[in-house]
Amino acid sequence: MKDGIAHTLRALHHGERRLARDLVAVSERHAGEHEVHHVATDLAAWSREHAGRLAEFAAADGLRLDDDRPEPLAGEAPEGLLLLYDLRALHLAATENSLHWEMLAQAAQATRDERLLELASACHPQTLRQMRWTDTLIKQLSPQVLASL
Amino acid sequence: MKADRIAEPWGDRTPYRRHGDWPSRVDAHLAEGVEPGAVQKWVAAASLLHSGGDAMDIAVVDGRMAGVRGRAADRVSRGRLGPKDLFGWQANASPDRLTRPLVRRDGHLVETDWDTAMELVTARTRELLAERGPGSVGFYTSGQLFLEEYYTLAVLARAGIGTNHLDGNTRLCTATAAEALKESFGCDGQPGSFDDLDHADVIALFGHNMAETQTVQWTRVLDRLAGGDPPRLLCVDPRPTQVARHATVHLAPRVGTNVALMDALLHETIRHDRVDHDFVEAHTVGFEELSERVASCTPEWAADICDVPAARISEAAELVGTADALLSTVLQGFYQAHQATAAAVQVNNLHLIRGMLGRPGAGVLQMNGQPSAENTRECGADGDLPGFRNWQNDAHVADLARVWNVEPSTIPHFAPPTHAMQMFRYAEQGSIGMLWISGTNPAVSLPELARIRALLAQERLFTVVQDLFLTETARLADVVLPAATWGEKTGTITNADRTVHLCDKAVEPPGEARPDLDIFLDFARRMDFRDKDGGPLIGWREPEEAFEAWKRCSAGRPCDYTGMTYDRLRGAGGIQWPCTEANPRGTERLYTDGITWAHPDDCESYGKDLETGAAVDPVEYRSLNPDGKAVLKAAAYVEPHEMPDERYPFQLSTGRTLYHFHTRTKTGRVAQLDEAAPEVWVEACAADAARLGLGEGDLVRVATPRGALEARLRVTDIRPGLLFVPFHYGYWDTKEGDGPDRGGPGRAANETTITDWDPASKQPLFKTAAAALTLVAHADGRYAPAPTTTASAPSAPGSVPATAGGRQAYATQDSGPGGTS
Ligand code: SF4
Repeated sequence: MKDGIAHTLRALHHGERRLARDLVAVSERHAGEHEVHHVATDLAAWSREHAGRLAEFAAADGLRLDDDRPEPLAGEAPEGLLLLYDLRALHLAATENSLHWEMLAQAAQATRDERLLELASACHPQTLRQMRWTDTLIKQLSPQVLASL
Repeated sequence: MKADRIAEPWGDRTPYRRHGDWPSRVDAHLAEGVEPGAVQKWVAAASLLHSGGDAMDIAVVDGRMAGVRGRAADRVSRGRLGPKDLFGWQANASPDRLTRPLVRRDGHLVETDWDTAMELVTARTRELLAERGPGSVGFYTSGQLFLEEYYTLAVLARAGIGTNHLDGNTRLCTATAAEALKESFGCDGQPGSFDDLDHADVIALFGHNMAETQTVQWTRVLDRLAGGDPPRLLCVDPRPTQVARHATVHLAPRVGTNVALMDALLHETIRHDRVDHDFVEAHTVGFEELSERVASCTPEWAADICDVPAARISEAAELVGTADALLSTVLQGFYQAHQATAAAVQVNNLHLIRGMLGRPGAGVLQMNGQPSAENTRECGADGDLPGFRNWQNDAHVADLARVWNVEPSTIPHFAPPTHAMQMFRYAEQGSIGMLWISGTNPAVSLPELARIRALLAQERLFTVVQDLFLTETARLADVVLPAATWGEKTGTITNADRTVHLCDKAVEPPGEARPDLDIFLDFARRMDFRDKDGGPLIGWREPEEAFEAWKRCSAGRPCDYTGMTYDRLRGAGGIQWPCTEANPRGTERLYTDGITWAHPDDCESYGKDLETGAAVDPVEYRSLNPDGKAVLKAAAYVEPHEMPDERYPFQLSTGRTLYHFHTRTKTGRVAQLDEAAPEVWVEACAADAARLGLGEGDLVRVATPRGALEARLRVTDIRPGLLFVPFHYGYWDTKEGDGPDRGGPGRAANETTITDWDPASKQPLFKTAAAALTLVAHADGRYAPAPTTTASAPSAPGSVPATAGGRQAYATQDSGPGGTS
């Protein structure tokens, strides 16, 4: 298996397990929020299943994912993968911002705060374009980077 | 009548009236001492040294080329030829043509036989495929081969190797034309026709120095200017081109500000309500957003950014706004700038909101520079799928797979086909291990040459170069394959207005040189590429069979060739696609009856964010444009990435001259053309020169953060603050051969250019860099080696000897009967 793919599988395996844990934690912390509580519990099951399937997939290729090795740091990624990881980080950061814009826009509507609404509607579309750019680049670059390393 | 066609590149006038027929004039040039009666056969071809597609016959005497003449009946040129056509053919017989394959042994290129060379190439390919997969192999081709060759290359690369990495040097040239058409009309395909030059009352040339790039069509404009009811011209160009000299309004904006200028023209058009609302309603989406975007873009606003008087911008807006038949043409001044696609799309927008499309005289020509750039695009050798199929549309990929009889998964379509600049990046970081370069010379034509040379010279990169000469690039190769060229092989080329011409073989290639088609076929045979039933993937051997195979691939697509055959092309001359059985005479204009290929199911592309290049997703496109209308895409002006500062106070633009083509591999070997522009030069305006104590002929140094070159200074009427350097000059005819002398001054313009590209079209920037200009040595009575007939004419007329070709440049011009209007 290519190093780049192995590295990404390991990162994703960790990610799915973490998301499963986080979903459960959120579900418990907000047990009184019924929708969140129930749906988050269901979604956690998806991620656990993903982690299992990833491990199975990798094992068939001789790669053990459930060996409790710590999550690989972005900095340890093989050269070339670093760019993809940086783009991933940018995409996540933009996504966070997008969600914050969304919260503000919703709040502005509720409080009839025209100025805030104007600000959010002017800026939020560009945040979405930032996300699309990182997404497009990741789509373009990953076949080459992952398949060649 | 004879004329010195170096001194008079456009020849004599044959004036004609608006809507009249352009009179024919047959231009011919025969080798010294060859009388017309001595010519044994005339073989049909079309020009190879620009995108005009001027039809001509090659004279053959005793198995050798002896001259050329135009074909009076041809729709494109009516018999005319430009200087490069008249004289360029002589390069075929240069004594330094490559005649045998070369391979690198112990660091040196040595001659070998075809079998050895091809085995080396196939062995390396197999090794890479086994070790690292198809993504480790890349192909970089040209805009100068034949359709049959690109199509074969596209099949072998995309379905044989299965690589995503196939692009042409058309990336530097015509990528923005294609992208702008895709953005506006959902699909590539030149809307207009050269015949629109006969009918337009206003011709707007946006960054298009037609006088030097399409000399014959410029001759047509001059003939109209000399006739009744002449057109008015708008010229947008920072240089004092011949077009500018003939223009009613000439705007010389600061380079890199085209979007601001276009937005102001759109603003004025909308403000004066010079809008065809019925057309907009029926055929477009996005008008509201466009109006909003340009609402604040007044001429005064643009005047500041572009450094052009607001009154001139208003005059220009009036010109394009009051035309009854507006023809616009666009080229490198727009395409090689940082907002290339955004600017070119605004030209489309101008036509769409004015309803200036699809009728005589009302059209857009998004131009290209090379003779077969159009074929690179339609055959999918340029970073698109063949037949303008959409890589994001599974039905299109499945259809292509059906044509090739392969599984759809064989054709990589998980990401857009890789563009050239990215391919070179992959080669630089090592993920591409083999680069096969055919018919192009990146070691001179790509930006930032020091980087390109280092990249090509890497041990770990296996380079195959297929060319006529030992170019700068070939010198860095591991295997060099000697190719036959125009006149020595048969195939078709399609010009910038979709006219297809057949070029027949006139003479044998020198030595063991082979047609590019034969080389690709040989490779495919050795690699034993198969379709899904185990049959050969590529079943053709001859050009005509390849053409027939392409017809099957083009069937039902916008670039439909199914109504053409070699015989019909031989008989009828140029035919414009689409051409089907039902429509055997071809199609003069697209979009005569609405927008045809923008429907979400049909379109070649769902479009991109013009500022970031991010792909628009299919669902979004469908909701934006469910009925497949033209898309009016607005764009805001963004400042160029590199602006002048204290250290680099000038802007620098590179470009062409009339007498040369690309890296001069052919034109530099032709006495008439070489002597007209023998060396590189730099242009600056009189005020800038005076301020720096510089004058005509001074040896100067042009430097940017990437590199420098030395050249003699020509003082012209170019825009203040701007320098211009022609990009043709490399090193093959210098002592070093492949690059500047160690530490010595460069000669190639691309020593200085920046690695940066338009986000949507991925076309590199050659028009906006910051540069410094300093004196190296005073002229001492010498002049800059720049032509005086063109945009490089001296600011003080008569101050330098006029460009002339003398006896050797005499060519005949026969206007014959019916030659008057
Ligand atoms: S000189 Fe420029 S426009 Fe002409 S073919 Fe080359 S890249 Fe294209």
